[in-house]
Parts: sequence; C-alpha cells; structure tokens
Amino acid sequence: MTARQRADRLAGLAFVAPAALTVAGLALYPGLWVLWLSLQQRIPIFGITRFVGLEHYAFLGSDPRFWNAVRVTLVFTGASVALELVLGLVVALALQRQQVGRRLALSLLLLAWALPSVVTAKLFEWLYHPSAGLVNVLLGGRAFNWLGDPSLALPGLIVADVWRTMPFVALLCYARLLTIPPEVYEAARVDGAGRLATLTSVTLPLVRPILLVALLFRTLDALRAFDLMYVLTGGGPAGTTETLTVYAYRSLFQTLQLGFGAAIGVVIFAIVMAIAAGYLRALRREGLAA
Amino acid sequence: MRAGLRAADVLVLVVLAAWATPFFWQVRTSLTPDAELLATARALPERPTLIHYRAVVERSVMPRALGNSLAVASLTTLVALALGLPAAYGIARLPVPGKGLLLLAVVGSTAFPQIATVSPLYLLLRALGLRDTWTALVLANTSFALPLLIWLLAGFIREIPLEVEEAAFLDGAGRVRSLRSVVLPLIAPGVASAALLTFLAAWNEFLFAYTFTATEASRTVPVALALFPGVFEVPWGDIAAASILASVPPIVIVVGMQRWLVRGLVAGAMKG
Repeated sequence: MTARQRADRLAGLAFVAPAALTVAGLALYPGLWVLWLSLQQRIPIFGITRFVGLEHYAFLGSDPRFWNAVRVTLVFTGASVALELVLGLVVALALQRQQVGRRLALSLLLLAWALPSVVTAKLFEWLYHPSAGLVNVLLGGRAFNWLGDPSLALPGLIVADVWRTMPFVALLCYARLLTIPPEVYEAARVDGAGRLATLTSVTLPLVRPILLVALLFRTLDALRAFDLMYVLTGGGPAGTTETLTVYAYRSLFQTLQLGFGAAIGVVIFAIVMAIAAGYLRALRREGLAA
Repeated sequence: MRAGLRAADVLVLVVLAAWATPFFWQVRTSLTPDAELLATARALPERPTLIHYRAVVERSVMPRALGNSLAVASLTTLVALALGLPAAYGIARLPVPGKGLLLLAVVGSTAFPQIATVSPLYLLLRALGLRDTWTALVLANTSFALPLLIWLLAGFIREIPLEVEEAAFLDGAGRVRSLRSVVLPLIAPGVASAALLTFLAAWNEFLFAYTFTATEASRTVPVALALFPGVFEVPWGDIAAASILASVPPIVIVVGMQRWLVRGLVAGAMKG
C-alpha cells in the first residue's frame, strides 16, 4: 500500500464517518430499538415498563381494529397507486406532444405535488364541506357529507392523495419520454405503424421500466402515508379511513401505549421491507437496479 | 395540422389548470369575506378582502411557525449538505472500508417508515433534553434526508472524469481541496437541486414536527396549520389564508427553480 493509498483510506473514513454516524444514530438505531420496544409493555404515565415478549403481536392477530386498518391501508394503497400510474402516464403522453407552454404546463402540474400534505388536507376538507364545498356545488348542489359518511370518506381520501401525487408519476414518465430519440418514431412511421400501434409497441415498452420504478416509490409512500388521513379525517368516520399508520400513531401518542404502538410500527416496517424486496427482485429481472 | 396541434396544447393547459383548481379555490377562499363564504356559486368573491391574512398575521401563531419552519428547513439543508457532500465524495471516489454494506444501509434506510422510528426517536430526543427545540427537528430531518442526498450527490460526482481531479493532485492539492475547488464547482447545479429537494421535504415534514414539538417555540407551519384553532366554528377563511402562506416557499421552489428541481428528482428516480 502506497502512502497515497493509505492517505485515501483515512480520508475516505473521515469523509464518510460523520454522515454514517448520523444515519446510524438517528435512523438505524431507532429502527432496531423499535423492535425491542415492541416486546415491552410501556405506558409512561403509569411508569409501567415490563417485558412481554410477543404478546402485542399475538394480540394484533385477533384485534379487529388492526385487521380493519390492514384492509384500509391495502385499499388506499392499491386504489391510489393504480389511479396515479394511469393518470400520470396519460398526462406524460399529453405533455410529450405539447409544443407551446411546456413550462407553464409543468408548473401547473407540479403545484399539487409541491404543497405540504397538511395543506392538501385543509384544501380538501373545505372542498368536501357538505353545504359550501365546491365538490357538492359542482355536482349540482348535492349535500353529500364526504368526510362524515362511512362509505364516502375513503374514496374522498383517495381522491385527495391521487391529486397530490399523480404529478410525481407524470413527471417521471415525461422525463423518460423526452429521452426517446425522434428517429424511433420516424422508423415506426416508415414501417406503417399507426398511432395506437406506435403507442403499444414503441412508447409503452420504453416507459415500462420507469413505470416500475414509480410503482415502487408510490407503493412504499402510500403504505407509509400518514399526514393526509390524520389531518383530513383523523381515521374516521367509524374507523373507515384508519390506516395502520394512524392506528400506530394513536396507540403511541394518544393512548400512550409505546410498546403496543411500536409493534404496529414494526408490522408496517415488515410490510414495507417485504414489498421493497419483492419489487427490487422484479426490477433486477428487468435489468434496472444494480 | 398546425391549428390542430395548437388546440391540443390549449386543451392540455386547461386540463392541468383544472387539476390545480383545489389550490386556486383556496386562494379564492382566502380573499372572501366570511359573509360570502357560503355563496359558493360565484367564481370570484363579490367584495375581495385581505381580512383573513390580517387575522393570520396579527392574531395567530403562523408568523412564529413560518419563522420556525424557515429556520428548521434551512438548517436541515445546511447540515445535510455539510455531512452529505464529503460522504458522497468518499463513496464515489475513495476506498472506504465496508463500502458495500454502507451503501446497502443508505438505500435500506430510505425505505424506513417514519411511523416505526418515531417512538424510539422521541424517547432518544427526550432523553437528550431536546424536546420542543429546533435542534430535534433538524437532527431528525437530516437523518431522513441524508440517504437520498448522498445517493444523488455521489451520482453527480461519478459523472466527473477522474482526469479532471488528477490535474489538481499533480498541483499538490489534497482530497479536501480537490473536493472544494474542483469537484464542487462542477456539480453545483446538482448540489442546488439536491438542496432544494431537502429544503422542500423539511418544509413539508409533519409527523416528526407534530411529535417532537410541544409549544409555539418550535412548532413548524404544517403543525400550526393542523392545529389551527377555531373558537365556535371553523374559521375557513383564516385557514385558507394560513395555508396559502404555508405554500409560498414550496411554490416558489417548484415554479421558479423548476429546471434544477426536476433534474434532481429525475436523477434520484433513475438511479434509485
């Protein structure tokens, strides 16, 4: 090892250590600590801390509120992500043909994505107002109680989430479309391919990999979503919008059962990691991820 | 043909403007006097007013919250860059022991759900006596921002040819000087977009801020907005004004600095 190589190894350690220690101390360590926490009964206001093993997990197995939250989380994730991907792709394809006003179009598109999710929640709370909300007015003066009706609250929440995150998918697809060289379309035209044939056999196969990436990002984010439902519906009415994250938060900081709430957090953790691993395997098959 | 394309362009703009309607509607609400709030049929208020903005600025915690958010988001961006830039350089250029494992940890931690780490972090920050301080939020946000930041910056640094740096080494420059005066100027646009994404995420962050703050001493904008008080009825006009104020920095970033932001976002997704 030359002097320079030795110096580089030292420099490498010195450069990486501060960031690595920060992430280790404030993300990885809490990530392990939560596992330990979930094995305890810990209720700070009564000064209770005792080891209970897997009791919380056993309880969750027969807890109807937990299974309802699992169902709500899956419905929310499935519906939001599916709508976002379809709409996002359509918008990206429209933007690809845009000749004038692309900057303005992108600004209008990204507006919804840029806002804090709490702002989105406040926007939609007012739009869904039973008597003065714009949504009911546009529906011809209906009086739907969007956020108070157990059958409407979850669809209402999904619409708000799609509004917020579709632009992200559209932007990713649009960026991919921009990198397709015009010659590819020229060749398709020479071969006599119509619009539909060009879309299905040229454009879509080229966008497919980035759609998978968007699918991964959006699925993980939707599973972890918290702000929007916590502020917009608070999990109500009657638990119809209570996702796992909201159930976990209420257990942690409202009923102050730190151990039990941690166990729900660990379940979310496990679901997210399992799905991430599955997707990564699929992406690797596509030759995308390293 | 040409006219047809024009019509399509206009259609796309109209549809996207319609998509942004919920925001524009909130702008309208923020300018509408209370007496007119229930008259939704009009597109614009009959007597527009700034009364809600005055109420928010003079009689709510929003000014304080805006200051807190500005401080927390700026400090998060600075700290994350100060820690992330050398780390990215180390990962891209230097023989760091255990690099593979390190990269795995970086990528893996981006998938961590905040809701899982929020309770241990709460206990940790409380034990350190940092509850209800800017420091707590800056630390938590930084740890969350670092993985993506390092990932992005390392990608930008790898794009620089090694020969560019070799020239500096021949002149006797060390790694630190090379990073500062050769690499940094070359990746400045990339650093800018990564910084904007970090600022945006810290400005919008809710769960940590909601959990680790207790008073207006450190409550950020999203928390103040979520807790916006109403005495007898919901003050929709005031809430609208407060949410518009909360949206100004993100909108400036996205609209004004679109190119840099889009570059960072796309680079992150392509590499991620």
